Amino acid sequence: MTTDQRARSIGVHLVLIAYSLLAVGPILLVVMNSFKVRSAIFGSPLAPPDASTFSLVGYEKVFRSSHILTYYSNSLIVTLVSMALVLLFGAMAAWALTEYRFRGSTALALFLSIGIMVPIRLGSVAILNMMRSAGLNDTLTALVLVYVAQGLPMSIFILSEFIQQIPKDLRDAARCDGVPETRIFFEVVAPLLRPAIATVAVFTIVPIWNDLWFPLILTSSDSTHTVTLGVQQFLGQYITDWNSVLAALSMAILPVVVIYVILSRQLIAGLTSGAVK
Amino acid sequence: MPEPLSNITVQMPRAKLAGLLLFFLGPAVAIYSLFSIYPLVATMALSTYTSDPSGARSFVGLANFETLLGDALWSKPFWNALGNNLIFFAVHMCVQNPIGIALAGLLSLPGVRLKGFYRTVMFLPTMLSVVIVGFSWNLILSPLWGVAAGALKAVGLGSLFAPWLGLESSALVTLSLMSVWQFVGIPMMLIYAALLNIPEELIDAARVDGLGQFRIFFHIKLPLVLPTISLVSVLTFVANFNAFDLIYSVKGALAGPNFTTDILGTFFYRTFFGNQLQLGNPTMGAAVATVMFFIILLGLCLYLFLVQRRIRRYAF
Repeated sequence: MTTDQRARSIGVHLVLIAYSLLAVGPILLVVMNSFKVRSAIFGSPLAPPDASTFSLVGYEKVFRSSHILTYYSNSLIVTLVSMALVLLFGAMAAWALTEYRFRGSTALALFLSIGIMVPIRLGSVAILNMMRSAGLNDTLTALVLVYVAQGLPMSIFILSEFIQQIPKDLRDAARCDGVPETRIFFEVVAPLLRPAIATVAVFTIVPIWNDLWFPLILTSSDSTHTVTLGVQQFLGQYITDWNSVLAALSMAILPVVVIYVILSRQLIAGLTSGAVK
Repeated sequence: MPEPLSNITVQMPRAKLAGLLLFFLGPAVAIYSLFSIYPLVATMALSTYTSDPSGARSFVGLANFETLLGDALWSKPFWNALGNNLIFFAVHMCVQNPIGIALAGLLSLPGVRLKGFYRTVMFLPTMLSVVIVGFSWNLILSPLWGVAAGALKAVGLGSLFAPWLGLESSALVTLSLMSVWQFVGIPMMLIYAALLNIPEELIDAARVDGLGQFRIFFHIKLPLVLPTISLVSVLTFVANFNAFDLIYSVKGALAGPNFTTDILGTFFYRTFFGNQLQLGNPTMGAAVATVMFFIILLGLCLYLFLVQRRIRRYAF
């Protein structure tokens, strides 16, 4: 490597390191300070907690004065049920659209793709009316129904691309053996879609976990709040109590970061795969 | 063109095919139509009604839109929100997308090590909730905590610090930059993926011809990823004109100071649910949502008819 190339390589890394620091710095700062006593948060915000400044007082406060565990379990239930339904119904619809020829299939595909670009949020006024009249107001079911409707178009689009890549011979071989269509889908095709889960997750599941809007308009009691809404309201209430605020923020950040770091390889592969070009 | 369908499915009896379609498409089409398309249509329909204090609704045609665009009580906040939304979008286009392209370009250079690590780290903020990002930056920029002021002082720019989020002149741009910081990962990833799809031979040929990495990027790679850049732009447009969470969690529904950070999402929320200053008004809320729908539709049409078509012509 010539000196010129080496200098350029160092320059590239400096820029990338600088941007990486900008990306994680604020998150690190919040998480780090959530473990410190109040005087250290203000006295030396950039220093990591040590033996004399370490404190969990903020976390105790969050556990004591909010229903954070209920919020977590609500978010988990809503996200996991929505994810299961988005993947199941999305894969079934994608299979029918790519595998069978029928009149109106192009129109149906277009109809389903409206939801990719037009945000369902714009229908909120009618959604709230519907949920009220169906008695589903302030239930997790209402959230799941809306999120499944929101996630389906993108998941159908992504899963169709994956299904098209599965060799045709595989299904036709099964068909010649007289295997019914439903079993071909559930036993031959569906298991092959596993790699698509990560891509669908990035585009439909993460926004569900992070959403503030629908919990805000559809849920009104503590027992149905999700983490995003629960933490948002807690922060508004305790804005001057820095220990609690930093702890609540960290509790919302950490599970996402842990799962992201574990799955980042698949998530990023999913994001950069050919499905979205 | 998709590959030809299998003969076996084409020869399937009609009744059997109908049953299968119902089974496979039924659940998705039902849920999607009922909870996504129907509410959109019903909201538009509702925007042509008005309700009196007793709750009875009566048809008023386009009167709600006349009020929204003509009555100063409504049109002033509406145009203010639309103008702010355009600034919000402009900051994303001018800052988020160039940074995303630059980072993608650096990551796709040959021989750069630790690519996976950088990508993971830079994409991290995008995974977090907007609420959390907004609050974290709110604390960091707060003069009370003094982290931002201290950081500026350390590099000798202490005099530049101001409570940016609290000033009418800078609150909106500051919020836009917070959003840029969070979502830079999306253009970066999509453009990075597009850069990886460029055939090696093209790059090699350019290198043999003596072009440096810089010129290869600007003259060969960048024109080839233009379709992805315009896709990213339209995604940014839809997301920006539908944004709400960030302003609401940092500034509340009133989008202060003095409505300088009010965008269409927060304006819609206030109209629909009300706040300290006004009662919630579902029919006017529906009218605002309908206008937002047409703004987004306009953006999508511009993209489809102008950008998409021109790129096709360019590619062949």
